Amino acid sequence: MLGITGYGAYLPKMRLQKQVIANANAWFDSGLKGLAKGEKAICNWDEDAITMAVEAFNDCCGKTPGQAPNALFVASTSLPFNDRQNSVLVAEALNLDIANLRTMDVTSSQRASTSALLSALDMAAAGKNAVLVASEHRRTKCASREEMLYGDGAAAISVGGDDVIAEFITSQSQAVDFIDHFRGEGHDFDYGWEERWIRDEGYMKIVPSTVNTLLEKAGIEAGDIAHFILPTDMGRVPAMVAKKLGINDGAVADNLLQSVGNTGTAHAMLLLAHRLEQAQPGDLVLVVGFGQGCDVVLFKVTEAISGYSANRGVSGQLARGKAEENYNKFQSFNNLLVKELGKRSEANKQAYLSAMYRMRALTNSFMGGRCTQCDTVQMPKHKYCVNPECGAYDTQVDHPMVGATGHVDTWTADSLTFDFNPPAYFGMVTFTGGGRIMMDMSEVEPETFDTGSEVSVHFRIKQLDHQAGFRKYFWKAIQV
Amino acid sequence: MASGIKDKVVILGAGCSRFGERWDCEAADLMAEAFEECIVDAGIEKERIEAAWQATGIDQFSVGPGAMPLSMGLRLPYIPVTRLENYCASGTEAFRAATYAVASGACDIALAMGFEKLKDTGYGGLPQRSRGVSNDLYYPNLSAPGMFAQLAAGYRGKYGVSKEDVKRAMAHISVKSHANGIKNPRAHLRRAISEEQVLNAQMIADPIGLFDCCGVSDGAACAIVTTPEIARSLGKDNLVAVKALQLCASNGEEGGFSDWDGSYVKTTRIATKRAYEEAGVTKPREEISMTEVHDCFSITEMVTMEDLFLSDDGGAVKDVLDGVFDADGKIPCQIDGGLKCFGHPIGASGLRMIYEMYLQLSGRAGERQLANPKLGLTHNLGGFPHQNVVSVAIVGQHGI
Repeated sequence: MLGITGYGAYLPKMRLQKQVIANANAWFDSGLKGLAKGEKAICNWDEDAITMAVEAFNDCCGKTPGQAPNALFVASTSLPFNDRQNSVLVAEALNLDIANLRTMDVTSSQRASTSALLSALDMAAAGKNAVLVASEHRRTKCASREEMLYGDGAAAISVGGDDVIAEFITSQSQAVDFIDHFRGEGHDFDYGWEERWIRDEGYMKIVPSTVNTLLEKAGIEAGDIAHFILPTDMGRVPAMVAKKLGINDGAVADNLLQSVGNTGTAHAMLLLAHRLEQAQPGDLVLVVGFGQGCDVVLFKVTEAISGYSANRGVSGQLARGKAEENYNKFQSFNNLLVKELGKRSEANKQAYLSAMYRMRALTNSFMGGRCTQCDTVQMPKHKYCVNPECGAYDTQVDHPMVGATGHVDTWTADSLTFDFNPPAYFGMVTFTGGGRIMMDMSEVEPETFDTGSEVSVHFRIKQLDHQAGFRKYFWKAIQV
Repeated sequence: MASGIKDKVVILGAGCSRFGERWDCEAADLMAEAFEECIVDAGIEKERIEAAWQATGIDQFSVGPGAMPLSMGLRLPYIPVTRLENYCASGTEAFRAATYAVASGACDIALAMGFEKLKDTGYGGLPQRSRGVSNDLYYPNLSAPGMFAQLAAGYRGKYGVSKEDVKRAMAHISVKSHANGIKNPRAHLRRAISEEQVLNAQMIADPIGLFDCCGVSDGAACAIVTTPEIARSLGKDNLVAVKALQLCASNGEEGGFSDWDGSYVKTTRIATKRAYEEAGVTKPREEISMTEVHDCFSITEMVTMEDLFLSDDGGAVKDVLDGVFDADGKIPCQIDGGLKCFGHPIGASGLRMIYEMYLQLSGRAGERQLANPKLGLTHNLGGFPHQNVVSVAIVGQHGI
């Protein structure tokens, strides 16, 4: 049997209240009011498709270093690098066994994630395990329909042949150059066409024809589908398509438009993960990816689902949100404003690539050192042991710290140094299993944060260089 | 232990420019201002200086690298000139180098000059700078006040002192230094401030507010050193001698291993113990007449009182609030106004402190003269509380 072996999700903690977008723009487009219900997940300034991919993988597979899937695929249309394989950075941040790993970025369409899922399933059919992470950080124009409807988030699906929780039955794909929207080279934002046309000529025709071919091939009635996943930002479309196909109303997956927003190519996997949380053994799950054609993938939930428990999962991610009512902050974090950042923001941001390569065990993987003579864990790894009682030369071996938790010894909220989300919190963190380092912090809740607070470490953006189109990453402490 | 530096070298002359926003001055102008006072005080010709050390902390924002700024700036007579940089201890490092050169017999008379032009950046606070290409990849995003604010969190965590009490002691420190600075015509900030002003000032890096920070300014300070014998041969008496010069640099243990909790600065304690031993000081609270410490931020001064063993561990809040370190207290601290009122042109600060000690010990400190001081201690702390360079110098009347 081959199929899905696990799922996970990540949603940024910040949830922008859609009403604030509508209110700010009401003078210009009062029509936005109609979309102003609920909230959407938005990235902090130090989050992007890469950092969310790392989190979603962890939610799916845990933080244990040295995991060895045969392949890691990252699907996204908002990857920070056009030429630097993003999935490799994700793999290093995850401390995967990179010496034996196939990686691939899958992009350029809203159905990139279903296409990547199919490739992963092909690998599984060849006896290999693969993990697909779909992640999207969506930038939109001010006062646009997309601004009301898009959200940021990521989901991970692992596939293989053991402990399958949803068996892969079959799939059907077709390629059609139907352009509901596009984003051309050198352009930041989506350019779309009239919704009614997209609905009638796109969703209502291309999806049913693909699904019907699949159902026929699989010998399954539409009414047998227990979970129908059609990601879209057009709220009524899934039910309309389901009705046309003869799929039961109750099977139609909620698109989470009022709690997350449409997370682009991540959305199919996010909704799949969400439905798997609620699925029963025997349920048929139909996943649709729509964009320049259509992928349809059919799964059957197995008995193993009963024994499976996700970490946070989509429900946990939905529950951990924090309402954000500052529209200006959202625009600032997405570089949508011509903003005075101050002279301190003009620091040299040069990426010294050779130094970055040397330092990447620490920066990409949060690798420490452990002295084989006295067992002292230290960060960074060093030629000489830091323990004054030991001081041994060249005795340290790699000691992964990604899963470590620790407590805050010292800290401050720094308003002088430049930060996209001031004040900048940083301080000394001592880890429970040994090791300590002075590090940046993120997502600080001033009401509960203080000396002694427990923290875990998370891969985040350290510095953005909009001029060079580069960004550096490092690990930040976040209160547990 | 080696015999140490005590009484082997004396200060022949010292000088200090006015510190401040010296928009109209090049670094060379500031150096000349300090040097003219110094050379007149020393009573020698420039040609008698045999070697010189120049301290600048952040060269790219002032004068560029190498020894040219000092050598060219003072038109020194083709002598060995060396540029030194060692964080905020740079000025004291230059003094140390000149003193050691004289003590070794390598030269008879040497000059230590520290200066910095900080006000050419276009913004307040210290200039932005790299901490090293690789370090920048993982060091936190921080400012100088952010670094030293760590001490407040660590101190509170260790002693269970309330945020309010720590902040009140911090405020007392700044109010005290401003009261002292008013009396010093060389100081940058010369006005009284109230505790209320300090407590209500804009927050810079919690709990450090605007008035908990020292100023940022341009300035230069210098000293000429020689042997006691040569000084006497030049007609000097009441000599001010170097009693101890100690330096301690972190090796990463505080930040990477030990149970260092952020409530103190380990290197200060080590350098201080060595300095007391070198100077023969056994009861610092009785023997040290006055201190000039590295009050880059008020919390640094507070913690330093414990690190110099002038307060018990956990006792600095009370001692500060009791006025032990006020101008009329038992061991006045920053009688010249400190970094708080002078600002901190990095390379100059250590020598500015030595200059004040020299004036006080020579009885020439004017309106702020303390009664009969015997030993003065200066302290510089550069870097982070967990990873730094500390210098401690003790100067006093020769032969006692």
